[in-house]
Amino acid sequence: MTLLTVQNVGKSFGGVRANHDISFALKSGELLALIGPNGAGKSTLFNIINGQTNADTGSVRFEGTELSGLQPRQIWRLGVGRTFQVAFPFGSMTAIENVQVALMSRDRKIFNFWRWGRNYCRDEALGLLQRVALTDQAEKPCNYMAYGDVKRLELAVALANKPRLLLMDEPTAGMAPQERNELMALTKRLVLEDGLSVLFTEHSMDVVFAYSDRIVVLARGELIAEGSPAEVRANAKVQEVYFGTGNTFETEGQAS
Amino acid sequence: MTNESAPNIPATPGEYLLKVTNLSAWYGAARILFDLNFEVRRGEVVAMMGRNGAGKSTTFLSVMGILERYRGSVNFLGQDITREPSYRIAQMGLGFVPEDRRIFTELTVLENLDIGRQPPRGWPDGTAISPWTPEDLFDLFPNLAERRHMPAGRMSGGEQQMLTVARTLMGNPYLVLLDEPSEGVAPVIIEQMVSLIHTLKAAGVSILLSEQNLHFARQVSDRIYMIEKGAIVYSGTMEELLADSETSNKYLSLGAL
Amino acid sequence: MGFSGLIVQILNGFAEASSLFMIAAGLSIIFGVTRIVNFAHGSFFMIGAYVAYTVVERFGDPMWFWPGIIIAAVASALVGLMVELTLLRRIYRAPELTQLLATYAVMLIVQDLVLYLWGPVPLLGPRAPGLEGAVNILGRQFPTYSLFLIVAGPLTLAALWALVTRTRWGRLVRAATQDREMVSALGINQAWLFTSIFVLGAFVAGMGGALQIPREPASLEMDVHAITSAFVVVVVGGLGSLPGAFIAAILVAQVKAVCLWIGILEIGPFAISLSKFTIVVEFVVMAVVLIFRPYGLMGTRPALLRHTRNLTSSMLIAPLRARGWILAAIILVAFAIVPQLRGSFPYMPILMLEIIIMVMFATSLQLLMGPGGMHSFGHAAYFGLGAYAAAAIVGYWNLPLELALVVGVGGAVVGAIVLGWFSVRLSGVYLAMLTLAFAQIVWAVFYQFEGLAGGENGITGVWPEGLFGGRDAFYYLAVGCLIVSLAFLYRTLFSPFGYALRAARDSAIRAESIGMDVSRLQWQSFLLAASVAGIAGALYALSKGSVSPEILSASRSIEGLVMVVLGGEYAIGGGMLGAVVFVWLRDTIGYNAEYWRAVLGVITIFLLLVLPQGLASLLRFTESLKRAKE
Repeated sequence: MTLLTVQNVGKSFGGVRANHDISFALKSGELLALIGPNGAGKSTLFNIINGQTNADTGSVRFEGTELSGLQPRQIWRLGVGRTFQVAFPFGSMTAIENVQVALMSRDRKIFNFWRWGRNYCRDEALGLLQRVALTDQAEKPCNYMAYGDVKRLELAVALANKPRLLLMDEPTAGMAPQERNELMALTKRLVLEDGLSVLFTEHSMDVVFAYSDRIVVLARGELIAEGSPAEVRANAKVQEVYFGTGNTFETEGQAS
Repeated sequence: MTNESAPNIPATPGEYLLKVTNLSAWYGAARILFDLNFEVRRGEVVAMMGRNGAGKSTTFLSVMGILERYRGSVNFLGQDITREPSYRIAQMGLGFVPEDRRIFTELTVLENLDIGRQPPRGWPDGTAISPWTPEDLFDLFPNLAERRHMPAGRMSGGEQQMLTVARTLMGNPYLVLLDEPSEGVAPVIIEQMVSLIHTLKAAGVSILLSEQNLHFARQVSDRIYMIEKGAIVYSGTMEELLADSETSNKYLSLGAL
Repeated sequence: MGFSGLIVQILNGFAEASSLFMIAAGLSIIFGVTRIVNFAHGSFFMIGAYVAYTVVERFGDPMWFWPGIIIAAVASALVGLMVELTLLRRIYRAPELTQLLATYAVMLIVQDLVLYLWGPVPLLGPRAPGLEGAVNILGRQFPTYSLFLIVAGPLTLAALWALVTRTRWGRLVRAATQDREMVSALGINQAWLFTSIFVLGAFVAGMGGALQIPREPASLEMDVHAITSAFVVVVVGGLGSLPGAFIAAILVAQVKAVCLWIGILEIGPFAISLSKFTIVVEFVVMAVVLIFRPYGLMGTRPALLRHTRNLTSSMLIAPLRARGWILAAIILVAFAIVPQLRGSFPYMPILMLEIIIMVMFATSLQLLMGPGGMHSFGHAAYFGLGAYAAAAIVGYWNLPLELALVVGVGGAVVGAIVLGWFSVRLSGVYLAMLTLAFAQIVWAVFYQFEGLAGGENGITGVWPEGLFGGRDAFYYLAVGCLIVSLAFLYRTLFSPFGYALRAARDSAIRAESIGMDVSRLQWQSFLLAASVAGIAGALYALSKGSVSPEILSASRSIEGLVMVVLGGEYAIGGGMLGAVVFVWLRDTIGYNAEYWRAVLGVITIFLLLVLPQGLASLLRFTESLKRAKE
């Protein structure tokens, strides 16, 4: 079943084409990687999907609902969670409070002035922390947590409203090698347990090939390839613009 | 074809321009670099290679004293510059060409060059270095000469790339840190960049460049360091690396997982 | 006035614009490069005026007026140099609130320094030699000197423009405005660049002040007037833009001039005196511009500096534990027994009542500043609206005091509904400026319009009667209001709303991504803070028996900020601690020291440098040690 449909999406910034006529679909239960060189338009596309930016043309549909024109918070309510490239939790709070805030928001209780926030859905919050193996750090202020733990906390926060789709922007950026694998293995497990789908951008090719079901490749704002990891790896065009270290250049160099 | 055009300035082993010991760095809580050790000798062109996000730019920012949180020791021309402010480091003759160009877009080309201007200098052993003038640089970059009075922000990406290099050369550096010179520029500009690096080497400027593009790096550099996930995983001469296709595939393409 | 009147007013407007530009220009360049909004800039203007006066006075010959201008400018520049070297260098990387308050403290110190050196009487300078007369313009007399000023403004712009565009120094300044880190990496010592910019700004401001003395006397108020107008001009023009400042100066001055020319505007049965509107007009222009162009006419969205948000351990908060509750109980008992001590300390209850009111004021502001992360420079507006509403109920209509409190809250909340809605659309320095502007508008409305609440004199004879009319009963009523307000703010802080507000402060984009409406949250927090400030204001009016526009003034708002920073912006009870210490200090030192403002300034700077997290951080010292070990 198709969960997310991106159709003919285009976006320009002051005459520079960041996205042009991009279309792809994401199926339920899938881990889809979005890759491409710097400046290929990945962030723009990501921001269009999560509502940070409005597309000039085209449409993005989630479970049949048109997302363009919606605010990020409305898209979140539809069941699209999100993690950030640089994990930036609510730094003045403890781990469990970060999760509790998300739960308050889910229950539309943030304009409640009287209830004690501290006890809000504590058990449920602990349960979420347990899923990312952070129970023992529940009361630790985020600023004192290791970066890998913060990344997992972000996952717990993103899971708070039981999303069906998770958008992850470079989930393993800034992490030590073994932490990367742990985080992605955890993500994969959550995907299987909850039946959720993931769309992620990533620069680490080992992560992409180890954990994605399918890959979409962007270059200069356009979609140039789409398929299974094996297909994409074999794709000549992708090798040329992304994997292959400067094939264009090699020919030029020989000519000179 | 790799290095014949480079003139012969003998690398004098043992005479380190830059020596970095146990360098680690963080962005906020995220650790980016893990105990890096490397050095650049006089007259050398050294490439630091690795993928996006491997830590190349962070290394350069740490060496230049721009990053706020780093640890380890950085030695330049025999002096410890680890805790020096970046303007002092630049005044000592360490030039920096950032990856994201960071030209002053409102200023004209000539004005940009003027910002980089520093007094002439000589080597500690007394050898004089002939100072760069805008006219020298315009000879080197003919495109810039035509646009000398144009606001730099209106130039193309490749021309801006040239300008950042030229601006740094105006400081008459002994050593230039060149961050991703071939990133996002047209092949024809990359070609110019190759001949530029040969020219600079001939003029006695040493270069440490960061690069993902092996085909570019092989034409200009004497030695390489391979950096992966914030740590140096391989070092050797360019000839050694080229002979060792397993290593180059492993770190530079997607060959091995 | 006819057409010739309009022409004269417009010419006057251009002369006025020149003066405005000379202060604003330096402020703008300084902000462009250092990112510091320099409150002390008006002080340089004032120093220039006083020094110029003294030069002519000393040498006795009016011809010294001309060299006096240069001498005055140099004197201002030297003071600027000292301020930069001793203070600003230490705070370039500090949070912007620290920078704002530190330069405000410099302004206070300079004010008292000038008071000490020149005394409180305004000093009218000589006429400019050679330009004493007037010229005839369409049958009206127009001072020659004003014509000179009209030319001086554009000349200053041209000179600064040449300096910035034609010299290496100017190139460095422009480059540093865009990317100071890169300038540094090219071998330029930013520290001296910053110093020179600051000195130049002070020089031009001093010159502007010196040029002012033939038109208006040098007085102790001119720094505040100058800086508020300069803020408006710089913000309207776009922070950091010289031509923007010039255009904005003309815009503001000409709108004023036209208002003066129109005089009384009659719309149907209503007659509105636009000439009285002039005090407000610059702030109205600013508010309108900021709403449509949030970064000013020629400004651009400020580039984010790397160290803009420092999340520190001081921002962590947790509900009070046993120790905190015991402390709170002791304070409460202390408040309760004060009236019983009237016999031995007759003045005590009066002081304590003032403290109670200021604690409520400061704590409500702290909700915006700490958990909200919004540095409102106009909190006095809500305090004052509450006070005026309550005073009107009791003073005009003789209605009961209880109703006055309720209406006080209502008045403040209505104000916050309108002003808060606009304010939360901006952030950082821009929010600070907009809130300041709104508060000034409210002040000017009450000050200018006699028909409304007594104008300059305010409302007097506000003496409540009934159950709480007695002085002890009123005192206990205030204690009751304090307890209710603090309990309410405390509960709010740890309610889901409080968590959400802090979340929005820590990371707005993140908060939006988990379903929160950040601007609505912040707007709501304005309403909450205003309601408590309104009650405090109502109590204030009832306790003093009168209100005057002074309680709406900018210095009131800033006192609130100082209290909160003094106590600790993020600490629970920080506002309370700060208010107690501040009011007590002002009361003990203020009545004994002639130069209270300078003392306050020195204390503020000392605290900002030594205790940036406020007094409360002393109490939490052991705790943070423990945390650090973990």
